[in-house]
Amino acid sequence: MNEFIEAKVALSWAEMKAAYDVVIIGGGGHGLATAYYLATRHGITNVAVLERKYIGGGNSGRNTTVIRANYGIPEAVQFYKHSVDLYRDLERETDRWIMHDQKGILWAVHTHAGVRQEKSRAIINQEFGYHTEFLEPNEIKKLVPQIDLNAGEGRFPILGASYSPDASTARHDRVIWALAEGAMRAGVDVLQRTEVTGLVKDGNAIVGVETNRGTISAPIVMSAVGGHVTNIANMAGLRLPIRSHPLQAFVTNHYAQGFDRIVASLDLGFYISQTARGEMLAGAHIDPQPSYSYRSGEHFLTSLAHKVVTLLPFMRDLRVLRQWTGICDMSPDYSPIMGTTDVDGFVVSTGWGTWGFKAIPAGGEAMAELIATGKTPQLIAPFGLDRFARDRTLADRSSSGTH
Amino acid sequence: MSLRIPCPHCGMRRVEEYAYGEVFDVPDSVTGGDAVAFDRAFMHNNAEGPVREAWFHLYGCRRWVYVDRDTRTDEVL
Repeated sequence: MNEFIEAKVALSWAEMKAAYDVVIIGGGGHGLATAYYLATRHGITNVAVLERKYIGGGNSGRNTTVIRANYGIPEAVQFYKHSVDLYRDLERETDRWIMHDQKGILWAVHTHAGVRQEKSRAIINQEFGYHTEFLEPNEIKKLVPQIDLNAGEGRFPILGASYSPDASTARHDRVIWALAEGAMRAGVDVLQRTEVTGLVKDGNAIVGVETNRGTISAPIVMSAVGGHVTNIANMAGLRLPIRSHPLQAFVTNHYAQGFDRIVASLDLGFYISQTARGEMLAGAHIDPQPSYSYRSGEHFLTSLAHKVVTLLPFMRDLRVLRQWTGICDMSPDYSPIMGTTDVDGFVVSTGWGTWGFKAIPAGGEAMAELIATGKTPQLIAPFGLDRFARDRTLADRSSSGTH
Repeated sequence: MSLRIPCPHCGMRRVEEYAYGEVFDVPDSVTGGDAVAFDRAFMHNNAEGPVREAWFHLYGCRRWVYVDRDTRTDEVL
């Protein structure tokens, strides 16, 4: 964050104390949102958020900022729908402009199996309160005139799409700063360049964290870490059902025409939207191998470029300006993991894979309630870590958009 | 640069030709039939550093290749 922005957003950096009521590891969206709601909804302000580098520098700054709730299982539709609602209200609540822009998302399909899947998605979404409808090709063309209905010279004909008009995007940095500022104003300490090197345990209970700047004692420690959560869990003596994969995205140079919707193709496997600067922002699927490397790959650039040009021929006149990579914590069932663990006082919000940004307010709100009341909120109860051992997995792979 | 994987039969090939295969490594601390089966099904070491893994050369010789890779840098060791 540069000095100009820092002057605009009233961030105040605190000195580290020796003890807090709650320590949150990870200064990304989920960590800061949890601190924000702890302070504003529950009056718990003796909270520290520990960030290894700078706030929002991990996956919160490495995503494609799509906010939607068109999921395929009831638990997920209800949870993400709540997040969509909270996002819509976040500007008013934090009094900061997060550049929330309602665009509507179009999930195009090119096979008859895909048509069936998207029709059932629309039914499930409607049933659980999120507006999604199935559109025929001529309606799609009206919404997105640039789209080639006979994509790939007929190899990927567009047979239909599910359309969710409430889907939107927001500026990722502004979301982070709004939540950080709100939390700081309420008295939360956000500590940057503070890396957790170990967890202090007394028997089976967490009593504090060791950092590169000294030890902090705390009865409750939450992991809101993205990418390196396995290391933190190992410090607590836990094994997690997580594999971390890189996910890459790119933006092109400025496209002078308007491109108002978010468009995704489930069969080709990509999603694209236009940023406020006019760049076309596209992402695809995760790399096959678990990795912590931010390195770009030509296989990603060439395959994604081919996909976007197939569906949107105007893209061939644009150039890729820059690329980035996030490290995504993939859970076995493609649903997040939120709640308590077998270690007393250690709660986790992880498994955010490629779907974490949209869940920032709802995830933070629910985790704050869990910490403040000691009871798991109904909204996130199905997403507990113990669901794998109980054989209650929430398989929803086709809704991740990255497969 | 993309990840490249050395195949003993075909030479150095691009990652798109391969399908990833995890080598399951249940730690010794996990004991008992159910616990081991559960760990194999769901848990991952997800190590940050050198790992041993298998790749199936799907669009090549269609044989399994074992590789040591550093997950911090994606370099094949």
